[in-house]
Amino acid sequence: MERTALQRRSAEATPANRGLEPAIELAGLCREFGDRTALAAIDLRVEPGQNVAVLGRNGSGKSTLLRILAGLLRPTSGAVSVLGWSLPKETHRLRGRVGYLGHEPLLYRDLSPRENLALAAALHGIVSDRAAPRIDALLEAVGMSGRAGDRVAELSAGMKQRIDICRSVLHEPELLLLDEPEAHLDTEARRRLAPLIAAGNGRTRVLVSHERGTAAEAADFVLELG
Amino acid sequence: MTPFAALLRKDLRVELRTLRSLPAMALFAVTAFVIFRFGLDRTSLDGELAAGVLVPTLLFAALLAINRLFVAEREEGGFDLVRLAPVDRTVLFAAKASALVIYLVMLELVAVPIFALFFLDTASGLLPFALVLLLADIGLAATGTLISTIATMSSARDLLAPLILLPLLVPLVIAAAGAGEHLLAAGGPDYGRFGTWLGLLGLYDLIFLLVGYATFDFLLDD
Repeated sequence: MERTALQRRSAEATPANRGLEPAIELAGLCREFGDRTALAAIDLRVEPGQNVAVLGRNGSGKSTLLRILAGLLRPTSGAVSVLGWSLPKETHRLRGRVGYLGHEPLLYRDLSPRENLALAAALHGIVSDRAAPRIDALLEAVGMSGRAGDRVAELSAGMKQRIDICRSVLHEPELLLLDEPEAHLDTEARRRLAPLIAAGNGRTRVLVSHERGTAAEAADFVLELG
Repeated sequence: MTPFAALLRKDLRVELRTLRSLPAMALFAVTAFVIFRFGLDRTSLDGELAAGVLVPTLLFAALLAINRLFVAEREEGGFDLVRLAPVDRTVLFAAKASALVIYLVMLELVAVPIFALFFLDTASGLLPFALVLLLADIGLAATGTLISTIATMSSARDLLAPLILLPLLVPLVIAAAGAGEHLLAAGGPDYGRFGTWLGLLGLYDLIFLLVGYATFDFLLDD
């Protein structure tokens, strides 16, 4: 990607977070896949609690950027700091503090939504006593209590998206990385899910979208790729 | 529930629900025994021939499960799920290897009695041979899980797993079949070199468990 535009709506850090480490700091981030350059010289600084929208056309590197921020992909070059940890060297320290929603749901098709969320809770070290009511509350919040025992394979794309959003926020992450969270969702589902994936209260959010919309309107920053 | 227990339970639950590996493994083993029975034109086997039929058959049946071991992780995001969680990633290696040991024991609970029914005049060597098989299962599971992880990251995974795995399993087959030769002998089990073969299998298990533990985290990197 040859050009990166960063539009800053609220460039000043708020008093509450002034003096803290930035939630995300990128300097000259590049990622190449063979001969193809997915990300070229990306610079970005996001303060804790801020809400960033990453926009760009298909193939502009939005999902690649999100995977790098989640510690799932190594940058080819450049400096990446997330929640104060330098990636990829300190990726292990980042685990459990980031909520990631990718293009494809991270859900086992032959498990039920409840079983998938219980597995994610166990992997994040949430004890069963705390996990069960949290899972129930999330399923209720996204309107999936009635289908909590069905196999994920039997659910519609929108239902899978709701469950995957539950998985991404289950462990109450400090940084939420969302790749087109509104994909497959109807208006009612978007309304239900909005509070779950909101930024603020110490949570930083990076939301990827291929089109301008409510995400960009609500964002503190808009990073345009492509 | 610990991450290890949760991942192991997930694998066993999915297998119980879908029956994608175990029935295929058992069917393969039984079919192979039928083919051997007619191919060798023998109704009774003992010693090295008995071990030479039983051990490789179980090994090839195990390949069916090994090829499928990480399919869900690759296609349904299980690798990312573990990469994002604050757990030592070798927990996935431990859970997968344990699931594979359980599959192999289940396979042997079906296949070995059928083998005995088809070919053995006396079953007195089977009890000590179960210990040999258990040690072989652990080694096979450790090596199989490791190679399956490597193969999963490749587009030629169906070809890669057996091509890399089978040469690595030669010492394991030699030890298991060597022990079987004496335990399944015509006159009843002979324990002469039993300890040596068990020691060799234990050493193989230890080496590949350590190799898996040391390299699995690296293999999961992008």
